[in-house]
Amino acid sequence: MTDTHNKEVDALSGVETTGHEWDGLKELNNPLPKWWLYVFYATIVWAIGYWIVYPSWPLLTTYTAGVLGNSQRADALAALEAGMAERAQIGSALVDASLDDIRSTQGMLDFAMANGRAAFGDNCAPCHGSGATGSLGYPNLQDDAWIWGGTLDDIHTTLKYGIRSGHDEARIGDMPAFGRDGLLDKDEIDQVASYVAAQAGLEPEAGVDLAAGETVYLDNCASCHGEDLKGMREVGAPDLTAANYLYGKSVAAIKAQVNAPRNGVMPAWEGRLDPATIKSLAVYVHAFGGGE
Amino acid sequence: MRVEPDAAVGSGQPDEWFASAKKIYPMATHGTFRRIKWALLFITLGIYYLLPFVRWDRGPEAPDQAVLIDLAGRRAYFFFIEIWPQEVYYLTGLLIVAAMALFLMNAVAGRIWCGYLCPQTVWTDLFLWVERKVEGDRRERIAFDKAPWTAKKVARRATKHFLWLMIAWWTGGAWVLYFADAPTIVYELATFQAPVSAYVWIGILTATTYLLAGFMREQVCIYMCPWPRIQAALTDEKALNVTYRWDRGEPRGSLKHNRELEAKGLPAGDCIDCNQCYFVCPTGVDIRKGMQLDCIQCGLCIDACDNIMTKIGKPTGLIGYDTDENIERRVAGKEPVYEIVRPRTVIYAAIIALVGALMLYALLSRDFAGISVLHDRNPIFVTQSDGSVRNGYTVRLMNKRNHARSFVLNVEGMPGGSRIEAVGIDQYVDGRPFIEVGPDQTRELRVLVHSPAGTKMPPSTPVTFRLTESVMGEVVTTKDYFKAP
Ligand code: SF4
Ligand code: SF4
Repeated sequence: MTDTHNKEVDALSGVETTGHEWDGLKELNNPLPKWWLYVFYATIVWAIGYWIVYPSWPLLTTYTAGVLGNSQRADALAALEAGMAERAQIGSALVDASLDDIRSTQGMLDFAMANGRAAFGDNCAPCHGSGATGSLGYPNLQDDAWIWGGTLDDIHTTLKYGIRSGHDEARIGDMPAFGRDGLLDKDEIDQVASYVAAQAGLEPEAGVDLAAGETVYLDNCASCHGEDLKGMREVGAPDLTAANYLYGKSVAAIKAQVNAPRNGVMPAWEGRLDPATIKSLAVYVHAFGGGE
Repeated sequence: MRVEPDAAVGSGQPDEWFASAKKIYPMATHGTFRRIKWALLFITLGIYYLLPFVRWDRGPEAPDQAVLIDLAGRRAYFFFIEIWPQEVYYLTGLLIVAAMALFLMNAVAGRIWCGYLCPQTVWTDLFLWVERKVEGDRRERIAFDKAPWTAKKVARRATKHFLWLMIAWWTGGAWVLYFADAPTIVYELATFQAPVSAYVWIGILTATTYLLAGFMREQVCIYMCPWPRIQAALTDEKALNVTYRWDRGEPRGSLKHNRELEAKGLPAGDCIDCNQCYFVCPTGVDIRKGMQLDCIQCGLCIDACDNIMTKIGKPTGLIGYDTDENIERRVAGKEPVYEIVRPRTVIYAAIIALVGALMLYALLSRDFAGISVLHDRNPIFVTQSDGSVRNGYTVRLMNKRNHARSFVLNVEGMPGGSRIEAVGIDQYVDGRPFIEVGPDQTRELRVLVHSPAGTKMPPSTPVTFRLTESVMGEVVTTKDYFKAP
């Protein structure tokens, strides 16, 4: 192929041409240095080395693992473990500190808020909602209505032992099933429901004797919910004048609750979450703003 | 359409598709431009090697290194300037100014950056100097390369490479000093306690310096660097470039031959074809062939030729910084003109001045405190049992001073009787949270704003978060909204 006798040299630049021509334009031969070619070969060699050393080729059910046994999954797990160890260190400081100290110490507060946010999303959000606003039967943690109290300690206790959870220390408050168990008859339930509704700012049912309702209330309900309907936290009796009713604020909902009350269960988190995380959650929930 | 080589008229295959790099033996020279190059080499390398050791007092909480990029702490320090991560836009400004400065240099004097200031040029110059000291000047080096391997040759070669490696190593070493406290890291490096990354970086930069300045040299400029290509598009016939004034030099011939021609009253050029300009060229360019891509505009051929001209009693400047336009003007019998001030240069200078001024303004007028507010999204608002409404915000406070400062946070635009509360803050001034932020730190807080009980608020009320520094009264604000049902 090489015809050294028939080289064409471009007159203007004095450079020989490659013999390639496109529509009258001739390509000049300004040869690339050899070292660059060798760099190209070196990259090929490097690629082959890479195939051997690192995981590379997908096979049908697996892949070539590479002689280094390198695994990003293992790297990630190791990093995760290191992170956990670091977290455990700050966590142990949280276990020793009082809730008030955690809340007023910047470093611990930052950690508790971050830790609490993550734990809340994993454990609490399914019931209380991702925004902690609750729903029918699941208390709103954002507002200032607390059935069992909203101080840091109250929240912490509720978290730790739960409500009607079966834990020995659990908070328990059982509302009797006045209708189902025959403690009150239907008229009495209608009367007391309308009385409570009227006191809570709702429209009572027409034609119901509110005075009789008051008597029924004072005889049966006041011992827990108080004569002023403000509730009693020691037994978990809700404030009946509050804006939020756990099971709905209407005469029908009140009737249903007097007839056969639903008593929701909050699990005890002790044993399921570590103490530092429970404390973090208490601080985090308290910081929603409804905490007392 | 592609025409097959066989069909192409007068076509032929070239000898080689790839060429061996031609070894270049640049000769030493002396003169004005050589002196300028030495001076710039001392200044630039001096700055690079020594700057990390310059101290700057920033108080007890901040590093006292004048120039430091603290990656772990996410801060960059440059004398009195401290850059936070969200301020890296200064870097954008800096890059614009740098690009425009290159354009301006180019419009004034072509590839002058390449010849005098490019790190590749500066380090290559230094390496060449070492080579010359150990193996001799051009002629000696050529002979030395050809000479058989003797113990003496091995010793000299080894010396050269050792010195090159030392310089390369110190180059890599200086690099890491910009990322840590210099005296500390020097001590740690010496006692093998420095982080692995420091050794890795020193290794990488030692290797690249040794390779690029010792072996690749002009190959970097010709084949690897993109700048010459851009350069070609930016330069014009009015830019000063190292130019062989062929109108004066041609016809060239040996000194004797040209003298004879002159004696006979025949035209004779000033160039005596001594090739000195070619021998000193670090990229192996014969400038007499005209402007070439390979020429880095270092001016050494000017020095070489001026020395010759002086020797033969001719005026200097056969090679000089000149413009294409001028040669044609001279051939046409006109006076040369030097138009430094022309639209191109004025525009570049104006952009530099503008961006520079903007950056300076931004730098001098920037706040030393900062506030950013994120409204809760879920829930957007919470109704309390007394009918009041509460909004939650995540507020981030920044204190860019290197001492702890206290701030009062106020939320303006709320009706009277509203309440503001910051989680974890126990101190309040007139009902406003009083917050301390550590030196050079940010602090994130959950802030709760309550509307007054019994007041019906519109669905959205614009509010202003105002942060007031307690001592100097520095104020920063940001806007957000208070949402209600
Ligand atoms: S031709 Fe002259 S200016 Fe250009 S690189 Fe060579 S010596 Fe330097
Ligand atoms: S150094 Fe001057 S005189 Fe000598 S060859 Fe170069 S241009 Fe001609």
